[in-house]
Amino acid sequence: MAGILIYSDKDKLARELLTVAGLIADARGWEVKAACINNARQCQLLSAAGARVYQIENPAVLPADAANVAVALKEACGKLDCSIVLLSSDRRGRELAGRLAQVLGAGCLTDISAVKVEGEQIHCQRNALGGATVATQYIDGEKQVLAIVPRAFAPAPDRDGGSIDELQVEVPPSRIKLLEFQAKDSSSANIEEAPVLVVAGQGLNSQEDLAAVESLAQKLGGELACSKPLATDKKWLPEDRVIGLSGKKCQPDLAVLLGISGQVQFTVGIRDARVIVAVNSDENAYIHQMADYSMVADLHQIVKELNDALA
Amino acid sequence: MNVVVAMKQIPDLQQIRIRNRQPVLEDIPWTMGAIDKNALEAAVQIKEAQGGKVVLLSAGNEELEDTAKEALAAGADEALLIIDDKLDEMGSAEIAKILAAAIQRIEKIDLIIFGEGSGDNYSGQVGSRVAEILGLPQVGYASAIEVQGESLRVSRSLEDGKELVEIGLPAVITVISGINEPRIASVTQILKAGKKPKEILDLSDLALDLGEICPVKTESNLAPESDRKRVAVKSVDELVAALKGENLIGR
Repeated sequence: MAGILIYSDKDKLARELLTVAGLIADARGWEVKAACINNARQCQLLSAAGARVYQIENPAVLPADAANVAVALKEACGKLDCSIVLLSSDRRGRELAGRLAQVLGAGCLTDISAVKVEGEQIHCQRNALGGATVATQYIDGEKQVLAIVPRAFAPAPDRDGGSIDELQVEVPPSRIKLLEFQAKDSSSANIEEAPVLVVAGQGLNSQEDLAAVESLAQKLGGELACSKPLATDKKWLPEDRVIGLSGKKCQPDLAVLLGISGQVQFTVGIRDARVIVAVNSDENAYIHQMADYSMVADLHQIVKELNDALA
Repeated sequence: MNVVVAMKQIPDLQQIRIRNRQPVLEDIPWTMGAIDKNALEAAVQIKEAQGGKVVLLSAGNEELEDTAKEALAAGADEALLIIDDKLDEMGSAEIAKILAAAIQRIEKIDLIIFGEGSGDNYSGQVGSRVAEILGLPQVGYASAIEVQGESLRVSRSLEDGKELVEIGLPAVITVISGINEPRIASVTQILKAGKKPKEILDLSDLALDLGEICPVKTESNLAPESDRKRVAVKSVDELVAALKGENLIGR
């Protein structure tokens, strides 16, 4: 029996991959197998969710070295008779996806936000043209590497039937030396989980004005976020608050967009919000067209009035 | 140090219009992907510090010769361009084989730099695939690159932290946009760009073996449907009332 293999170095994302793998495996009468690399805790978590887990313990397989992880997973695919591999489409997963696909001679899609099995084909949705469109695509062939956007699927619940077996893989010595890993401190923003986002764009006059915007975010019970130029060009906010194609894709209940013009590379990260409010002094700004409530006004004045009204 | 920068020619995304949910691509000018410009800047900075040259590598349709000028003006020393209108229809797997075959024609390459993802498709596969085809180590999502003799120290930015790694040369690196601010070419540089050396190949010039490829097929490609209320709000009081009505404040 052929199979589908999942792998992510992140425990939570691996549980999400199990959900997607289940959809595909059920349609084909396949088994879901999971590779865990140097991560005994993840073996337990995935086995508790009903997966057949293969534990790889080999210090030469470093998550930092996509080339060696790809070699390890290729061996796992061969030994476990798997033709489809699901990865998480976070940065590590996306880097690995291309390398693994090349090693396997597989087709590859990344940043997949929805999956539907249609007969022999696995139809995947992903953004295209910088987010202006959503494409439905599939890989024409047996060997497939599919990388799934974090949080697009719920983590798999606990289920019986899981198991853990050891799997030996041989990899060449790593050509990457990990010198240091500095974890983000836990106080850093998690804009993807926030129920409300107040998002500043290039209409903001100065870095000093951020304080009032942040205060508004707090009053609304949310987080401060920004468009890409505010972080990468102006350096007013850290990269982990950027919304957009190469930033984060968020689905808050409420998004308040301040001084944002509405280029697709930005809107692709926020268009799934339940309610969108846009404030922009330019009445022709595209953002007004994708808002539920829009105000043609100076954002600084509106932020001040909102802060007063919500005090 | 000789550095290859791979850049992708894409339609100018800010000029794409949507008609009946279909993207309209006729008469849209072509440009280089935004993050690719950061890759070029990173390469030029390394060359300025270490000596050597920067080779621009790109594959695309007949507009490419023109599009490549902006990269030559912004600091690339020479260009290797693969021009063929069939390239627009090709996926990441095919393009990676083409770029790798072209890189193998260049003598003594120490480093190959890509942007972390293209401006249009943002799939992020090609850099990793090229690294595998050429048998090179890779580090993705670089936020800083420091040359130390025959190796690099690369800081990479991940969702959960920052990593510092050492990687031997030759190697493939992909960069994030935060790594630098691309320079804007001066008028003199733009004028000189046309005179920089260029080698132009078509697909038949490359000894290509596309081999086993499971191609990506596109069923549909449509703008998402939007059903926003689009209520024009005149005052903050009105906005607060509306948000209360949505049960979004005063919960």
